[in-house]
Amino acid sequence: MSAVLQSLVNQPYKHGFVTDIESDVAPKGLNEDTIRLISAKKNEPEWLLSFRLDAYRKWVTMSEPDWQNVHYSKIDYQDISYYSAPKPKNKLASMDEVDPELLRTFEKLGVPMHERAALAGVAVDVIFDSVSVATTYKQKLAEVGIIFCSISEAVHNHPELVKKYLGSVVPVGDNFFAALNSAVFTDGSFCFIPKGVKCPMDLSTYFRINTEGSGQFERTLVIAEEGASVSYLEGCTAPQFDTNQLHAAVVELIALDNANIKYSTVQNWYAGDENGIGGIYNFVTKRGLAKGVNSRISWTQIETGAAITWKYPSCILRGDNSVGEFYSVAVTNNFQQADTGTKMIHIGKNTRSTIISKGISAGHSNSSYRGLVRITPTADGARNYSQCDSMLIGDQCGAHTFPYIQVQNNTAKVEHEASTSKIGEDQLFYLSQRGIGAEEAVSMIINGFCKEVFQQLPMEFAVEATKLLSFKLEGSVG
Amino acid sequence: MIDKNSTTLLSIKNLHASINTTEILNGINLTVKSGEIHAIMGLNGSGKSTLAKVLAGHSAYEVTAGTIEFEGKDLLALPPEERARAGLFLGFQYPIEIPGVANTQFLRLAYNTIQAQRGKDELDPLEFDDFVREKMKLLDMKPDFLDRSVNEGFSGGEKKRNEILQMALLEPKLSILDETDSGLDIDALKIVANGVNQIAHKDNAIILVTHYQRLLDHIVPDFVHVMQAGRIVMTGDKKLAMELETRGYDWINADQRLATGVNA
Ligand SMILES: Nc1ncnc2c1ncn2[C@@H]1O[C@H](COP(=O)(O)OP(=O)(O)OP(=O)(O)O)[C@@H](O)[C@H]1O
Ligand SMILES: [Mg+2]
Repeated sequence: MSAVLQSLVNQPYKHGFVTDIESDVAPKGLNEDTIRLISAKKNEPEWLLSFRLDAYRKWVTMSEPDWQNVHYSKIDYQDISYYSAPKPKNKLASMDEVDPELLRTFEKLGVPMHERAALAGVAVDVIFDSVSVATTYKQKLAEVGIIFCSISEAVHNHPELVKKYLGSVVPVGDNFFAALNSAVFTDGSFCFIPKGVKCPMDLSTYFRINTEGSGQFERTLVIAEEGASVSYLEGCTAPQFDTNQLHAAVVELIALDNANIKYSTVQNWYAGDENGIGGIYNFVTKRGLAKGVNSRISWTQIETGAAITWKYPSCILRGDNSVGEFYSVAVTNNFQQADTGTKMIHIGKNTRSTIISKGISAGHSNSSYRGLVRITPTADGARNYSQCDSMLIGDQCGAHTFPYIQVQNNTAKVEHEASTSKIGEDQLFYLSQRGIGAEEAVSMIINGFCKEVFQQLPMEFAVEATKLLSFKLEGSVG
Repeated sequence: MIDKNSTTLLSIKNLHASINTTEILNGINLTVKSGEIHAIMGLNGSGKSTLAKVLAGHSAYEVTAGTIEFEGKDLLALPPEERARAGLFLGFQYPIEIPGVANTQFLRLAYNTIQAQRGKDELDPLEFDDFVREKMKLLDMKPDFLDRSVNEGFSGGEKKRNEILQMALLEPKLSILDETDSGLDIDALKIVANGVNQIAHKDNAIILVTHYQRLLDHIVPDFVHVMQAGRIVMTGDKKLAMELETRGYDWINADQRLATGVNA
């Protein structure tokens, strides 16, 4: 197989450039003073500093998890800079004041920073290293009562909301990386959709790590009140460095009665080179609380980048009749490692969850699906359907499935299906016998394999994801 | 169908091919001219499908000796997709399933690729839809096969019809149909045979791989070849197929000495 498959998988990373911009970078290392420094730089209220310190004190007593199916040398947490912001960091009154170098960066990445340029009408919050540099369409959204801004801004302008919900889904001591994030998070996006409002456009956050040796610890909080609905998109890239950079984010979603939150991610962090040098360590905690009756939380993720991915977007289905969904495509190539999946915790009656996971491994990479379905004693009539499919490209890679099913209520119905296939030489031969070239053939087979997930993505994102996958696997078949 | 202006489409000389160092084809000679219909018969495992796949360029097989020319060009120098674009079509004995890919999407991509190669107009999805539906009528196929995934969950007979549909769309110069008749019910056999007959004309050629005379009742061959252990051991006209039907293959072994190398 190989030559075509091989060359298809080995395309260079397009987003690997560094923006030459003057940054305000905190010295490396982490202790209580670092946290006080971050908090002071951001001019934060006292309660947030206590939140951070509480998290830090929990974190120092915790140890890094080691149960995941990934291998890497120990991270030195004292060798990371916990704050990096492009200068000048005085408040921007409008988009026109954004550093043109930054604008060019995001233009190059295809992120619409100018509202007039945003054809699709997607509102974007852009996070560069540690801080939010711009949020578009704020005004238009405010007219219907939607708050969409950086979390730092929300801390100042809507403290009651942030205080009420921050850490309510992912407590500060939830896990090692969540505790670290809670202690040092520097920015992120905040989104609040009031009662009865259907968000008129997709909201989007774009994350970019630029500075070598800095970590990125962003925090996202999305709240949909009764009957509200929103579709939220997240994209990420980073330059190409030989060193590994840490990205430890926390995302919390809260859906009240009859609310609907759809959260989609296309993750394309730098994955390291073909020998496994460099790349982002992506340790992320994402969790949604379907708090109200008939609420719905839906995660869709296309994970293509990062040297290591450790990520389990989860749903706590507390409201009766609430629904949780997880649609995932994880692609690994070269020496990438991904351990990803979801948790569906059924608490309310007649709660339903669906898990569709597609893993594609090429090169020497390893991809694991890890999923927990827990039906608690109160969850009468709960139902789950899980389907985990893996596709291997070549014979040096691995795919693993770790489903954990805990049923404590005998009225529940849980179904799990799993399959592993090799990208068939016969499939490729069949398509090529009809005149279809190898690259197109691979892209067709892979898109077919991922179809159930892609069709969950908003239109423009789906097109983007399809391109990204073909690009990613270019050269791996043959 | 043989025409005095016919040209040589395919010329196979002394072809040897192996898989994992096991030799499967061992000295095939065969010439196919435009307008001709050839039938290849032979016991299970004699190498018929292997010959078909080697012609189409399957990477699992290694050609160890011999030559194949297609319209005077070295076929072995081309990757499979270029052989297809040059007008060589293989109807698979076991058509492959491609989950999640809509049949119509696959058919259109194949069609447009070949059209582009021939310098002809490509069709957009709507135009193609009209076009393919007409072709499907020819084969008595229901339109819902367009929206289903390629061959996935198709019955054996449905897969075979889908192969002939592709042949009808792509209008190949040389079609190799590997056991297209197996798995077809009697009515379907007539429909498919009728479809093939409509596609056949003086400028193209067909090689039918089959075990049964009943297909050859509908599509009458100009030549019948018998394969054994990786070689063509006997060649005759349509009467040879009838003889095989009544006598089986045993008698050929006795006659083989007389028959070697008849078709060169
Ligand atoms: N991968 C392989 N490894 C070893 N032997 C193989 C392989 N593939 C095919 N063969 C052998 O090659 C021989 C020819 O197979 P082929 O499929 O060409 O036969 P056939 O004439 O088409 O048979 P049938 O009438 O059953 O379709 C068989 O003995 C088969 O077992
Ligand atoms: Mg066969």
